[in-house]
Amino acid sequence: MASTTPTQIDTAPPVSTSKRPTGRAGDKIFAGLSKGSGILLLVIMASIAVFLTYRASIALSKNEGNFLTTFDWNASANPPVFGIAVLLFGTVVSSIIAMVIAVPIAVGIALFISHYAPRRLAAPIAYVVDLLAAVPSIIYGIWGALFLVPQLAGLNLWLDEYLGWTYVFDKTQVGVARSLFTVGILLAIMILPIVTSVSREVFLQVPRMNEEAALALGATRWEVIRMSVLPFGRSGVISASMLGLGRALGETMAVATVLSPSFLISGHILDPGGGTFAQNIAAKFDEANEFGRDALIASGLVLFLLTLLVNGAARLIIARRKDFSGANA
Amino acid sequence: MKLQRKNMLRASALGALVVSGALVLTACGSDDNTKTGDGASKAAAPAAGDIKCEGAKGKLLASGSSAQKNAVDLWVKNYMAACSGVEVNYKSSSSGEGIVAFNQGTVGFAGSDSALKPEQVEESKKICTGGQGIDLPMVGGPIALGFNVAGVDKLNLDAATIANIFNDKIKKWDDEAIKKLNPGVTLPSTAIQHFHRSEDSGTTENLGKYLKATAGDAWPYEAAKKWPAPGGLGASGSSGVATQVKQVDGAIGYFELSYASAQGIKTVDLNTGAAAPVKATGENASKAIAAAKIAGTGSDLALKLDYTTKAEGAYPIVLVTYEVVCDKGNKPETLPTVKSFLNYTASDAGQKILLENGYAPIPAEINAKVREVINSLS
Repeated sequence: MASTTPTQIDTAPPVSTSKRPTGRAGDKIFAGLSKGSGILLLVIMASIAVFLTYRASIALSKNEGNFLTTFDWNASANPPVFGIAVLLFGTVVSSIIAMVIAVPIAVGIALFISHYAPRRLAAPIAYVVDLLAAVPSIIYGIWGALFLVPQLAGLNLWLDEYLGWTYVFDKTQVGVARSLFTVGILLAIMILPIVTSVSREVFLQVPRMNEEAALALGATRWEVIRMSVLPFGRSGVISASMLGLGRALGETMAVATVLSPSFLISGHILDPGGGTFAQNIAAKFDEANEFGRDALIASGLVLFLLTLLVNGAARLIIARRKDFSGANA
Repeated sequence: MKLQRKNMLRASALGALVVSGALVLTACGSDDNTKTGDGASKAAAPAAGDIKCEGAKGKLLASGSSAQKNAVDLWVKNYMAACSGVEVNYKSSSSGEGIVAFNQGTVGFAGSDSALKPEQVEESKKICTGGQGIDLPMVGGPIALGFNVAGVDKLNLDAATIANIFNDKIKKWDDEAIKKLNPGVTLPSTAIQHFHRSEDSGTTENLGKYLKATAGDAWPYEAAKKWPAPGGLGASGSSGVATQVKQVDGAIGYFELSYASAQGIKTVDLNTGAAAPVKATGENASKAIAAAKIAGTGSDLALKLDYTTKAEGAYPIVLVTYEVVCDKGNKPETLPTVKSFLNYTASDAGQKILLENGYAPIPAEINAKVREVINSLS
């Protein structure tokens, strides 16, 4: 697709579509099948939503604490007390850290692959990055706990010493780096492939004419990228980031293995503590009674809502930048 | 696009290579397993004489505590080697899940770290027609406190000191309280990093019960599956805690003894008030379980452990896991298999396996009652 220039389209013979006989019955069956699948999907989604909301409402009606502000998760106790404040905070903070680290790197890699690297090098790099996506998250978790956590001890001390005045990087507790910050770094590595590969695709679709025009005007390669590639790819990069964010928000096993969870909100992101929705569900599900599971479902619904909001916001942003989107090029 | 497709092809080819390579490797692995399996069953052949398969047939599903998983796996292997045509399938998930499955009637028996709660007994009456769920103590095990302090090979601690360490009151290894318990040992001034289970766990609950009973004011928390104290670091699963302790200098954590021996982690000797500090071993745990009283009524054999025991060589931080069955009203199709299998696990041969694998056998006196109850199941 990247090599299809407008000139080629103009000179290409028109593709005939009407000459070959098509079975009307086939059309009808196919239309029916696709309509049926569409409706089936909606029905399944709706019934899942109804079931989950019902189960969640059971838990919420008996919760002794405030679901939004309680800093505790004791759903299997009698009376049950649980709240999602800590989980919401931990999920959002770790995902933000992941995005801040991953997106610039991913865009850099994507630009390198699409515009700088020699052909022979670009393919293997793209392949290796894609391969990162194939590693199961529990493997990332084990790698994180065994390798990343000890390696980050030095970085933590450095951040504490030079950026400790920012409060955020002030490390107040002794202890290994099983913190939201470490989780953020791990998530960044995990979302790198999806952001990179989508961004790469978008950058490859920049109309050749635009780039050649810029080059003809005497622009350097960096100026070409700044003036034609980045504006064209912006909405694509935003959607890629949102895909990555979706993965970061819902990551379970890697977070559960690396984080040292505790039910308190702390702005010191280098200190162990915090928790995320998915991690909490994985950790509590095994030993939870039926009511405890309802409570976990309620927390899962909040994660669902959060993801929905993020995706909605992303769609809004992309819609506003429609002029630059690949669809109109 | 063309280039991309080629990449995809190449990628999938490489992926296929990796997958098939992995398959080949795992195939080798399973080959080896059957070989060692054969060897082990040959070695265990004399024990087969103790296994009575009378009436056992078909498939028996069970589920529950992961703490007894290794023991049950060995039992199942020996049992299935002796009784052909019987399949026992123990899914090690968690005590909570095991009891839920039991009360839904989907398993023949459940493994649990803690005895049934009154409401769970009530619920079980629906499944056990005319009877109720009961607890049979089957596997004991010491919960070891593993430590990793550079230059320290032997460490004695008592309950109050352990509580203060896990409570963040004692922060350095060269604290006076620890020094006093370890004369002649040079302790470094390393900061103590204590690890606990990050998910709910029966192991946490049992350590909590011990500390609650023995540490006095130093441990104000009620025993629960959820780690109660603030501070410290969480890690998921016994293996996670053990790995962290192994990795971090100045660390201390708790887990079943087998995890300590598997990773070569040094364990704390417990100062119980007996003449000499007690090592965490299967035998010593059995001695402590011997001090337990039966708290259940009727055929329920739930134990009340005596955590304050000062008996010589008794290691009181122990975990007793139960098999949960119906006293009456077991499903007729699985009852013979349940009886025959549990008869084996409670037999001398069955209990002997425990000691060889880092667990603790149930003391003879209690074990005799367990066998009585198993024979009376209906």
